[in-house]
Amino acid sequence: MTDTTHQPQAQGKEDGLIGRFLRATELDPRLIGMVGALFLIWIGFHAYGALFLGEGSFLTPRNLWNLSVQTASIGIMATGMVLVIITRNIDLSVGSIVGVTGMYMGLLQVEWLPQMLGLGHPAIWIITVVFGLLLGALIGAIQGGMIAYLSIPSFIVTLGGLLIWRGVAFLAAGGRTISPVDPTFALLGGGPYGAIGAMGSWIVCAIACVGVIWLVLNGRKNRRLHGFALRPVWAEWFMGLLGCGFILGATLVVNAYPWPKGILQQYYQALGQDVPEDAFIAHGYAYPVLILAVVGILMTILMTRTRFGRYVFAIGGNPEAAALSGINTRAMTVKIFTLMGALAGLAGVIASARLNSATNALGDLDELYVIAAAVVGGTSLAGGVGTIYGAIIGALVLVSLQTGMVLIGFGDGSYRKIVIGAALVLAVWLDIVYRKRIK
Amino acid sequence: MTNRGTPLVEMRDISISFGGIKAVDHVTVDLYPGEVVGLLGHNGAGKSTLIKCLSGAYQPDSGEIRINGEKVEINNPRDARAQNIETIYQTLALADNLDAASNLFLGREIVNSLGFVDETKMEAETRKIMARLNPNFRKFNVPVSALSGGQRQSVAIARAVYFNAKILIMDEPTAALGPHETQMVSELIQELKAQGLGIFLIEHDIHNVMKLCDRASVMKNGQLVGTVNVDEVTDEDILGMIILGKKPAKAA
Repeated sequence: MTDTTHQPQAQGKEDGLIGRFLRATELDPRLIGMVGALFLIWIGFHAYGALFLGEGSFLTPRNLWNLSVQTASIGIMATGMVLVIITRNIDLSVGSIVGVTGMYMGLLQVEWLPQMLGLGHPAIWIITVVFGLLLGALIGAIQGGMIAYLSIPSFIVTLGGLLIWRGVAFLAAGGRTISPVDPTFALLGGGPYGAIGAMGSWIVCAIACVGVIWLVLNGRKNRRLHGFALRPVWAEWFMGLLGCGFILGATLVVNAYPWPKGILQQYYQALGQDVPEDAFIAHGYAYPVLILAVVGILMTILMTRTRFGRYVFAIGGNPEAAALSGINTRAMTVKIFTLMGALAGLAGVIASARLNSATNALGDLDELYVIAAAVVGGTSLAGGVGTIYGAIIGALVLVSLQTGMVLIGFGDGSYRKIVIGAALVLAVWLDIVYRKRIK
Repeated sequence: MTNRGTPLVEMRDISISFGGIKAVDHVTVDLYPGEVVGLLGHNGAGKSTLIKCLSGAYQPDSGEIRINGEKVEINNPRDARAQNIETIYQTLALADNLDAASNLFLGREIVNSLGFVDETKMEAETRKIMARLNPNFRKFNVPVSALSGGQRQSVAIARAVYFNAKILIMDEPTAALGPHETQMVSELIQELKAQGLGIFLIEHDIHNVMKLCDRASVMKNGQLVGTVNVDEVTDEDILGMIILGKKPAKAA
């Protein structure tokens, strides 16, 4: 073959409009696929409701807002599960960690701290949250240590943990339900008061849009600095507009969901006023959703911008090579499980705050939804591959299926389980087909 | 052999066994600056195990390692790298899911002032070194699993060369390569040798040994058969050592 001029990354330049679009924007086709599937599910449930029940109730601000809150705790744990699965491990104990941290946090804030600090002390919720995160981290560290240093398979260690921590959660309070939780703590679970309102949401929206624009500009600057090929300008615009458009849309939705009448009455009563005729107070973003967003951003930075994240991927890709490169793979395993435990503790905060109580069943079966979310979101069980945003979208898909089935009247559990189980298998099969085709 | 001052590396009386089987049995080898020492022997003779003691992958049960005459403890790969020992493993030890730059800098990522990995800088550096080692290399943004054997090899070599190694261990560096790439590796070895590096070369191809190595240490069943100056023996002599464990009359 004669020596043709080499164009970097110029393979397959003839593939049509879609290929060119994908290459220019550098959008992950899997991401597009997942978002597409999500919209299909949403539209499907809405259409079913509109056709057979006389009212489509899925694509309403109220349902979407609830969906976002319900996704929070699964989504938070799924971001940690990505790391666990990438390094070829599994954590079956996260649901039980939610239960045990939730139970001890309940005892702490309802029975122990009020005795020491006095009922309603403003520090109660902070101490409780910190305690919950630390307890979760400690449990994760113990499990990670056994996996790393005693070489017990993670499946076994965390299967044991699944049973042990659920048992501990029951014994902690003798099976009682602890409620109500501290009023400030309860806000972390969402609800009308547990959201930042319309103005707060617009501020978040503005900050997030500035962030998106900064990312686009900074990426361009960095590429220019090192003389790499730039994305076409239209692609940069497209990415910026897409990001900002998504944030704007989400903000419009959460700001279109008003407080219910009862809460309005309560609110105006407390102010000593009558409820005005046209009273409209929007929920805005709920605290758990903001927590999920922050966790998602931090975890994405951790995975893509730090050595820690590199090592996670390297261990997943080739554990032996990672060790030969001087990475302390055992310490990494402990750190990853510690992080997973802390995230499960955080999910415990949100779940118990949302229920306004700590029950023994808190987080029951969450491990399966969390693992399913990570896998539906493109995390490979063979290790080495996975993204944080994928896991969050995966969580959204699963929770959408779950709540959607309830909305259209199949909420008794059996149908819901069948649909979610089928969706999991289907998603992994599609993923395998996709991976084969790009090879 | 004439006294040439302090050896760069001395591995003295190294023994290591796995489950009662002596993989390396009281073996002593040394390496001088600007020298290529071939390690030869059958599969399972203990060459790779011996060399893994130097690269930090294994800890010997007994014996000592000296670098520039000073006794050193090499307990893990990080210690070995701190002594400027770089290794190109037979398996290449690449993380298949990461791209060339990530593999090259694995464990030694370039970070910016905030402690974040500087991906663009690492890619720029990778482009620089690859332009020297393998000018045809273009696939910077794909996982190394998508590369050919030769391309993967050049990533592994780049990783060893980039960090200014003084001691280089190459475990069958040309096993997976075509003739053209083998030639490139040979030239690279000559060039590195001229720069004063000491190289341990594990190699099966006797012609490569005769061409590239100054001395050859032959192992059989975990024991050292002997070390010879390559230009004082014939390839028949070396083959005799490998196959029969017989030391030639004119051993070094």
